[in-house]
This record gives sequence, C-alpha cells and structure tokens, in this order.
Amino acid sequence: MLVVIILAFFLAMVMGFIYIERRGVGRFQVRLGPNRAGPQGILQPVADTIKLLVKEDIVPAKGDKWVHWLAPVITLIPVMMIFAVVPIHDGVGLIPDLDTGILYVIAISSLAVVGIFMAGWASNNKYSLIGAMRAVAQMVSYEIPLVLSIMGVILITGSLSMNQIVQAQSVPFILLQPLGFLIYFLSASAELNRTPFDLLEAESEIVAGYHTEYSGMKFALFYLAEYGHALAMSAIAATLFLGGWLGPGLPSFLWFVIKVLFIFFIIFWIRSTLPRLRVDQLMGFAWKCLFPLALINLFITGAEVIIWEALPWWLVIVNLFIATVLLVLWSKLFRSGREKIAV
Amino acid sequence: MLADYGYIGLLLLVVIFFAVTALLLPLTLSFLRLSPKKPNLVKSSTYECGMETVGSSWVQFNFRYYFYALLFVAIDVLTIFLYPWAVNLKQLGLFGLVAMVVFVLIVSLGYFYAWKKGVLEWK
Repeated sequence: MLVVIILAFFLAMVMGFIYIERRGVGRFQVRLGPNRAGPQGILQPVADTIKLLVKEDIVPAKGDKWVHWLAPVITLIPVMMIFAVVPIHDGVGLIPDLDTGILYVIAISSLAVVGIFMAGWASNNKYSLIGAMRAVAQMVSYEIPLVLSIMGVILITGSLSMNQIVQAQSVPFILLQPLGFLIYFLSASAELNRTPFDLLEAESEIVAGYHTEYSGMKFALFYLAEYGHALAMSAIAATLFLGGWLGPGLPSFLWFVIKVLFIFFIIFWIRSTLPRLRVDQLMGFAWKCLFPLALINLFITGAEVIIWEALPWWLVIVNLFIATVLLVLWSKLFRSGREKIAV
Repeated sequence: MLADYGYIGLLLLVVIFFAVTALLLPLTLSFLRLSPKKPNLVKSSTYECGMETVGSSWVQFNFRYYFYALLFVAIDVLTIFLYPWAVNLKQLGLFGLVAMVVFVLIVSLGYFYAWKKGVLEWK
C-alpha cells in the first residue's frame, strides 16, 4: 500500500512538473503555453496521456521488434525506483533510512543509459543510433563528477542514509559545499540531457535522437522517464544540499516540494536561456573541468573534516572563497573547444 | 534491514507492472478498434527525413566513444573505493586522508597520460 502511495505522490509531482515547465517555458518564450484543457490548462498532461493512448503504435519494419518494445520499460523502471529512498518528511518515504541510500540512488540511476541505448540500437535508424551513442558517452562522462560531488556531503555527515543526511544539516550543505553543489547541479543537468547539454536529441541535427522511431504510449513512457529523472535529480539535490524537509513554519513535506520546485525551476530557466554546446566542448567540460575540480573539492573537504570535529561557521566564507578562486583559475587555464574541429 | 530490500523488490514489481500495463493498454485499445492499426510499407520504413534509407545502421561506429568508455571504467572503479572511505574518514584520521591522496594520485597517472595522449580531445 505504502509503495503505491509513494509512487502515486511522485507521479502526481511529475505531472505537475510537466505542466509547470510547459507553462514556464511558454512565458520565457513570450507565448502563453498550454491554456485550453481545464482552468489555466492544468489538465494538459492528462489530455496528452489520453491522446497518446489512442495513437497508432508504429514499429519500424527493419528494427529489432523485441528490443524496441523492451527499451521504454527498461528506461522507466530505474527512474521510478530512485524515489524509494527520498525522504518527504522525517522518516516518511518508502525506505528513507536505507543505510546505503545514496549508493543505491547512484547505482540505480545509471541503469537508465541501458534503456536509452537499446532504444537507439533497436530502431535501426542512423539518427537514433547517433543520439544513443552520444547519450552513452555523455551520461558516462558526467556520472563521475556527479558521484564525486556527492561525496563531499557524505564526508561531512559520515552516513549514506538520506534521512540522516537531512538531519545533519543544521545549515544547508549548499553553504558548506558551494563548489560541490555547482558540480552536482551541472552534471545532473547533463545527465538529464537538458538544453545546454541536449546533444543526444538535438532537434536541428538528429531529429529527436534515440526516440525518433517511437510513437504512442512508448514515446509517452520515454517522456515520463525523462521528467521523472528530472524530478529525481532535483529531489536529491534538495535533500543533499538544501536541507530536504527541514524548514521553519510550513509543514515539512511542503518545504520539500518547494525546494524541489526551486531546483527544477533553475533547470528549466537554464534550458530556456542557453544555447546548445558542441560535442568537443561537452566532453572537455566533463573531463578537464568538472572531474579535477570535484577531486580537489573532495580532498579539501576531507582535510576540513579531519581538522575540525564540528565545522565552524566561518568555514562557509572560506569555502566560498576557495570555490571562487578555483573556478576563476580553471576558466583562465583551460579554454576548451575554442578551436575548430573536424566532425 | 533485509525488510528494507524487500520493499525495494516490491517497488520493482509495482513499477514493472505499471510500465507493462502502460504498454499493454494501447494494444488492447487497438484490439478493440479504438485506436488505428494500419501499417503500410512507407509508414513502417525507417524515418530519415524523406530520403531513401541506404544500408543498415548496425555498423561499426566511431572508436572515439570507446576511449571515453575505457577511461570511465578506470575512474568509476576508483569512485567505488572512495565511498566506504568517505563514510569512515572521521575515524581513519590523517593517515586515511594521506593514503587516499596517494591512491588517487596513482590512478590519476592514467588519467593524465590519457590527457597527454589527446584521448580527451574530440578531433
């Protein structure tokens, strides 16, 4: 019963987020966005689902039918499983106290790549295959800075359990780990394939990337998985760096929703502001910038944890200073991707 | 403890049920003739913006992607070693930190070698 309730809660949140993003991006692009289905267009996700249900399901004749069927399922399953360990309220969630919480999230979330690659491969379409190849290269590269940036938080709390990490945050960890948060945020939006990093479904060059050949409900599952992943990544960012359900006044779960919404808002704000990167810039950014910075951040945090039993408040200023110095240094040292490349 | 993982198994079952139902629903609808099912030669051909498809796409692919995959395997194993260390660093103290710095430097030698060899460039 609890399983179904938690899943329904997060699915409702995904529906809400799809609506909010479509309305929000509409406003960013100086148009109204969906406003016909229901008051202020709030039933738009429901209408979309019903529309996609009665669409014809087209399977390409030259494709691999079984893998084509299986791919959306395999993409959706790991994304939905992430929500098991996210605490909505003190100890409320499916298993918020799982003592390998963060490790579980990382292990599960990297499985989504398999589904995406299956989709690209099974379609037997050049655009799909290029999209899938780019997806694997990109998600694999950004996995490493993502994992390393989370480790700073684990060093401070000394626990992998999501609920204990929230309880340890007398100050939100974004203040103690400004560089860690930045690295997490950038690599999370790359994992989500959001616009500055959306090379795998670049509409202007490869149609729709890995789901070019998908239609009807299978496409809907990919869409759901994409937004579910966005929600999961925002929820983890809110839990690890913004203090999860902690907050004065309002009920805890409301604080959680507000923080997740805030992170999600920044993600789609960036989406509607920045142009797409080039593939060499994308890979160079992960390997030459984010990965060394994440390692340095990890060892600085490790030294701080050993020196002080309880971290003093002025460390907030010191860490902000270190983060600024490192970022300025890196932007001066490595100007990746300025030169022309042969594609 | 083990019950926690039981919950994960239960969630897995529910999610599989959800996904499979979502895919079987349109099949049922087309069986009841509520949604169309009229495949023809042009519709089920590979979509390439109207051009005739040339050959299969199941071919050997650009090797550059595999460089990144190989590098990822090396570094990802490193991060797995870092996790138990990060949880216990407060007990391990300075010795633990120095040991891990040395270990990461050894693994990073491969990373710097790859960088120097131009594996990280997209040329």
